[in-house]
Amino acid sequence: MAKITFKNIGHTYNKSANEEDWALKPINMQWETGRSYALVGPSGCGKTTILNIISGIVKPYQGQILFDDADVTKLPISKRNVAQVFQFPTIYKSMTVFENLSFPLVCRDWEKDKIRARVGDVAEQIGISHKLDRSANKLGADEKQLISLGRGLVRDDVTALLMDEPLTVIDPQLKFELRKRIKQIIQGKNITVVYVTHDQYEAMTFADELLVMSLGRLVQQGTPEELFEKPNSKYVGNFIGSPAMNFLRGKNDGGTTKVGDQKLVSVSNISQSHSSDVELGIRPEHVSVVDNVSENVIVADFISYDDIGSSRILNCKFDSQAIRVKIPRGHPVPNRGKINLKLPKEKLLTYQDGMLL
Amino acid sequence: MDLLELFDEGFTVSLRLNNLSVLQGEDVILQDISYNFVPGKIYMLIGRTTSGKTSLMRAIAGLLPLTDGEITFDEKNLDSLPIWKRDIAMVYQQFINYPNRTVLGNVVFPLRRAGLSKDEAKQKALAIIEKVGLSEFLDRKPSQLSGGQQQRVAIARSLVRNTSILLLDEPLMNLDYKLREQLREEFRELFTTTKKSITIYATTEPSEALLLGDELLVMHEGKVIQSGIPVEVYENPNSIQVAQIVNDPPMTILPAVIKNGEVSVGKVLKFNSPNHLKSQSDGSYQIGIRANEVILGGSGANSEDGIVSLVEVSGSETLIYVDVPVGEVVLQLEGIHDYAIGQKITVTINPERIFLFDMAGALCAAPGN
Repeated sequence: MAKITFKNIGHTYNKSANEEDWALKPINMQWETGRSYALVGPSGCGKTTILNIISGIVKPYQGQILFDDADVTKLPISKRNVAQVFQFPTIYKSMTVFENLSFPLVCRDWEKDKIRARVGDVAEQIGISHKLDRSANKLGADEKQLISLGRGLVRDDVTALLMDEPLTVIDPQLKFELRKRIKQIIQGKNITVVYVTHDQYEAMTFADELLVMSLGRLVQQGTPEELFEKPNSKYVGNFIGSPAMNFLRGKNDGGTTKVGDQKLVSVSNISQSHSSDVELGIRPEHVSVVDNVSENVIVADFISYDDIGSSRILNCKFDSQAIRVKIPRGHPVPNRGKINLKLPKEKLLTYQDGMLL
Repeated sequence: MDLLELFDEGFTVSLRLNNLSVLQGEDVILQDISYNFVPGKIYMLIGRTTSGKTSLMRAIAGLLPLTDGEITFDEKNLDSLPIWKRDIAMVYQQFINYPNRTVLGNVVFPLRRAGLSKDEAKQKALAIIEKVGLSEFLDRKPSQLSGGQQQRVAIARSLVRNTSILLLDEPLMNLDYKLREQLREEFRELFTTTKKSITIYATTEPSEALLLGDELLVMHEGKVIQSGIPVEVYENPNSIQVAQIVNDPPMTILPAVIKNGEVSVGKVLKFNSPNHLKSQSDGSYQIGIRANEVILGGSGANSEDGIVSLVEVSGSETLIYVDVPVGEVVLQLEGIHDYAIGQKITVTINPERIFLFDMAGALCAAPGN
């Protein structure tokens, strides 16, 4: 296992392009041993490029990549000892499950007894011990994907585990089980995991830390909690959380912000703003329905609600702007019409030009 | 029945399934399904993969021959009607578009084939394209669009014909969850504006079914095992099977014994029968608890210590899987929280909120709203 470091790594597939248009703008990054990271963002944001630079499939146009202290920038894929799991399971179809799992060890001339013991361990971890003699090709897609993972983990010199949308071809019902299984397998190991997905839900469920990408740039890196509580941009506020963060347009007025005629106080340092136009962001989970009007309480119109099972989403309007409130199912649904909503100061963030102040 | 209802009964055009079954060799694909669909409503089919949702839609579309039973539309048997004469549009999981045609070309195509003039077809197509929010992309080819946009083209092409029956087979399945969220909201407006249509929509996601559906049909192994207004099905699932299908995260199911007005769950958990269980006779049962109704912490007789086996963060909630001596409890917390695997925590069951099922899995009592 190793720490992975990107030193000013940037990449472009078109050498005459300006840096502005690179697939990956130059970044400095570190992936610590034993943590799992998810790279998320829409297609074309550069996440697969990062993964391919780590594995060695892509040689970066600029910069250095280190595994611990060793510069591996010029090292070919085969010398990097990374384990990879792709969208589609990669198995040797003509081999049994045991032969699939032992193949990397056979190639390294391991002794038979050692192979048997090691494959036994790994098979146990991936929960497939009872199927070792089966033809790998006869298993379901989820089990095949576990074998791909197991074959990656069977070697004892793996530097990192890289996964590129490993759940894409898995049935929705099995996805949940498989994700849980993969998580449990990785949890006990001191392994650096980099996981690529376009699905923020999957990313949050899976990783210790998320790297949100957009247009070849790292927009924000943090734990799911950090991204949820303090998105550094409207992009992240929308991207993370369901439903998305509420944003209300307003004007700075001394130390407070005015939305319509209502004064609101946010936790952000609004003295940094360069003009009076700002937006206040707050999560639907952090807004609450209250009886009385006090500081940071707005009187909004409650228009309709959506029942989504464990909770309800109240659709409200304030100053002609939409604001949503998420309340647990156990809470009563208020009467339609005027409603007092508390936007707690410590949860209210101010954004300008799309960025957190 | 009052006059108005009689009027409705007699004059509504409806799609009826009468004892419909489909067998393929030994396999039961669909089993004895009877249902009446009326225009202006969205019907959600929910069930696991291979529960028969797609097969049911294919049977309605005429793509799957019936072994038994019949399908009537407007009192006429649909069986004799070839596929292309059925007034039905279908949207699939995969984004199916004509790759060589532009967005406009894709949407105009079915209208031109139906014999509309160029101008008329274009006008109708433009109106629908605007509704699905693709007006700026009229001249793009599908390959130049994102997944969400491609699926909107497919939906526009299906909506533009204004068919009596619109079938949507997990249309959001291949999109990421932010896009799903966004399109789901648009769907409600898109589908409810076509009062003439019967919309049938298959999904595996409970929140989608609750959000979009006027009626819910829960499918399992080729059968409709419960149907009704979505929230009512959610609050009164007739079996463990239904409870598991309409709850995400899954409901925790634990073995329980009722004796002398007391409920025991395993060796530690014990509490007096809450009001809604008072009339139940002594014996062995299974209890169900929703993840969002399990309480973290506590110290009463209805609390038990467990070990965290997994923590998952969803959109804006945290799911904690806790191993307790009698089984696994799934707990859902609002917001994002950090718990370590192996950490000891206490979970508390609120007796007022438990579902009671018999040993065969049939509902005995629900906690109500």
